Amino acid sequence: MQFDRRGFLKITGLTLLGLSAKPGWEVFSNIDQPDPSPTAETLAKIRWAMVVDLKKCWSAKEGCRDCIDACHRIHNVPNMGNLKDEIKWIWTESYEKVFPEHELEYSAEDYRHRSVMLLCNQCDDPPCVKYCPTRATWRREDGIVMMDFHRCIGCRYCMAGCPYGSRSFNWRDPRSFIKNINLEYPTRVRGVVEKCNFCVERLAQNKIPACVEACKEKALVFGDLKKPDSEVRKALQNRVIYQRQPELGTKPKVYYIL
Amino acid sequence: MENLSQAETEKIMYDGKKIILGLIIFLGLITYPIWHNTVSGKTSYVPKPESPTDKDKKECVEPKAFIRVNHKTLLEDWKFSVVRNGIRTYQASNKKTYPISLNRTCMNCHRDKVKFCDQCHNYMGVTNKCWDCHIYPKQLSPGPLAMREP
Repeated sequence: MQFDRRGFLKITGLTLLGLSAKPGWEVFSNIDQPDPSPTAETLAKIRWAMVVDLKKCWSAKEGCRDCIDACHRIHNVPNMGNLKDEIKWIWTESYEKVFPEHELEYSAEDYRHRSVMLLCNQCDDPPCVKYCPTRATWRREDGIVMMDFHRCIGCRYCMAGCPYGSRSFNWRDPRSFIKNINLEYPTRVRGVVEKCNFCVERLAQNKIPACVEACKEKALVFGDLKKPDSEVRKALQNRVIYQRQPELGTKPKVYYIL
Repeated sequence: MENLSQAETEKIMYDGKKIILGLIIFLGLITYPIWHNTVSGKTSYVPKPESPTDKDKKECVEPKAFIRVNHKTLLEDWKFSVVRNGIRTYQASNKKTYPISLNRTCMNCHRDKVKFCDQCHNYMGVTNKCWDCHIYPKQLSPGPLAMREP
């Protein structure tokens, strides 16, 4: 048998084509499903924030606890029954204590003793994160200040660091203080710090935070600050905005409008 | 004694009978747990973690051999993935995807940790703290998986 150059090239080409068929088939037949989970880059395009419309909040009936109850129910937050052991993700405080700088002689009279809904401010520059020695708390790319309960050693440095009192410590085993346990979310153990997580587990399912959903007065607005047409941005437009202790430079992302 | 040769004197052990008897009794007592367990058949005990019986729950996220060795690192990776990176789906080696959740994925099949996890953990003397915080479905309700809508 005699090979000329042309024949050799033909045979070589056909062989290579044949050899590449199987790997090629494998590549194209197994197109991976795109992972719906967010990556750091997609998270960085978001900045979650909340707006509390105090006028709307105060239009609710006296002692309304819809947001608090909804939050504490789905996150298995125990009701310890006394102030010393209290665990709180959302809580209220009177207006003059939340905004002491607003207290003027006559004008603040209307607002005195009105309760203001408070939660973790999800700061841009959170002091708690700086203080945590085990990195059990950190700031996610989308601005949520997260807690890893597995990692928390209960040193309470973060509680000392937080100027807003957003963090609570489990002095006792909380499980027996939870009325109805929600299986979808873990409880905590004694010796762990906890706080509001902006419903990160609900955001992963494209749901809005439980408190926002529970508020009948629509006083809470949640959304992405980086989207110019988002609900929070609209709520903030042409309004006087308050933040808790903005002078500290923590850049809170929970806004109050009046 | 004086007429014994040197080699013979070296063989003598004072109170030898008592000492050897004592040693035998001592060895017998100290190895008693082994004897006891052998006689009562406990040494042949093999832990039997209960497999889910439902037909649609025959397949684990990874092959049995892999899970048997690596379930701890898998769970550790899952924890890290969800809590730290926000990645909530797991792509198994067979390209199937599963939601990363101790309750919704693992415990949805292995409903009772007492009949599953504890079998080997107790046998090996392993303690873990998963259930200090996480709640396994069986712990709350004896019936089918009670998942309350949050």
